[in-house]
Amino acid sequence: MKISRIFKTIFLLDFLGGLNIAIKEIFKPKKTINYPFEKGKISPRFRGEHALRRYPNGEERCIACKLCEAVCPAQAITIESSERADGSRKTTRYDIDMMKCIYCGLCEESCPVDAIVQGPNFEFSTETREELYYNKEKLLDNGDRWENILAANIKADNSHR
Amino acid sequence: MEYLNIIFLQTYKILFLLVPVLVSVAMIVWLDRRIWAFVQKRQGPNVVGPFGLLQSLADALKYIFKEVIIPSSSNKVIFILAPIVTMTLALVSWAVIPFSATQVLADINVGILYLFAVSSLGVYGIIMGGWASNSKYPFLGAIRSAAQMVSYEVSIGVIIINVLLCVGSLNLNDIVMAQKNLWFVIPLFPMFVIFFISSLAETNRPPFDLPEAEAELVAGYQTEYSGMMYAMFWLGEYANILLMCAMGAILFLGGWLSPIDLYPFSLIPGAIWMIFKILFLFVLFALVKAIVPRYRYDQLMRLGWKIFLPLSLTWVVLTASYLFYFNLLPVN
Repeated sequence: MKISRIFKTIFLLDFLGGLNIAIKEIFKPKKTINYPFEKGKISPRFRGEHALRRYPNGEERCIACKLCEAVCPAQAITIESSERADGSRKTTRYDIDMMKCIYCGLCEESCPVDAIVQGPNFEFSTETREELYYNKEKLLDNGDRWENILAANIKADNSHR
Repeated sequence: MEYLNIIFLQTYKILFLLVPVLVSVAMIVWLDRRIWAFVQKRQGPNVVGPFGLLQSLADALKYIFKEVIIPSSSNKVIFILAPIVTMTLALVSWAVIPFSATQVLADINVGILYLFAVSSLGVYGIIMGGWASNSKYPFLGAIRSAAQMVSYEVSIGVIIINVLLCVGSLNLNDIVMAQKNLWFVIPLFPMFVIFFISSLAETNRPPFDLPEAEAELVAGYQTEYSGMMYAMFWLGEYANILLMCAMGAILFLGGWLSPIDLYPFSLIPGAIWMIFKILFLFVLFALVKAIVPRYRYDQLMRLGWKIFLPLSLTWVVLTASYLFYFNLLPVN
């Protein structure tokens, strides 16, 4: 063993150095946040709770092309469609099983009209399983509630699509 | 009637000591977690009560309402007895700790011996818990912990001899009064360092927390415990840590003596100084927990038997020779 090593061991120099660092770290700003009271920044690409969007005139965007249903790796999406009186094809049923969903974002990517999107909300836990079988009504409601943020997110990410 | 009076007075005195000790144990757990978090740049518990001060009480409440699970293959009597023994022994030793010249529950002449004996008995709670669980991890944890505590008690005993050589009395108040002019931390500084490290090992704190090394032994002797019984182990452990801090304060940092014996400082009661010294040592305990990695078992044994024991024995010889040569031996 080298002399310097012995000297360090006897006088606990490494330990004192560590203690010094620890005391310095105590007074540095904290890296964690008080979660329920303050929240971290979320990227525009964040894949949270699903929503079905509408056009500004109130018409639903979804054209029932079923691309999302086809691409969904967890097969969480179920769509049924029919022709409406004006000749357009619209969904009669749009269900997402939020417990099957793996939040991969493929439905959002595959959608040609930006109808199904994943918003910034990740705090939608429920007390029963039944509440997590989302139907069309719930998804459209989500879309109306988060529309401002959803539109801004799509715009912010537009150049990368 | 007089007999009854004595019982009431003693009960009052005991409660007056035990309730603050238990409350401070709860607070110290909070302080420990908070310091640990701060060193790692986390917030630590800060939600329950102001600055999270009531976190330990909330935890205790949770433990009370949890089911106590007793493994079917365990030895039930010993299994239940183990946490009781641990906690009782941790609290019993507080009887002789002086908080000022008069504020001491039992001012006995063999105070330090009593303290040493009771803290040595603490290992029984752990062995009983590990053995009675009848399960492999608690058993291994208990064996480790027994070997560890026995090894480090030896060097703590020799360190205490060092201090006693300078004092000439086993009474804790005499030990404190002997430091009136000079705290023993200055002439016996190496012994203080060894005492501090040994007390880390004695209380199973990192870097010597091998008995409950979660990476290898799940939680050591506590693995099978749940609910209030786990909480009692936990209380006993932290009461022991506080006790070791108090012992360090009395043996080396002048106990309840004020650091500066001048007018404004001498007004502050001794108990406050004592608490400050205990807290200082505890903060060191908590900081050490945050910065050191865990020792390997053979390293732990090597440190205890091959380094600390010879070193403290040599220091006994040195202290004794010095005192004898300069004719400074205390004579009673």
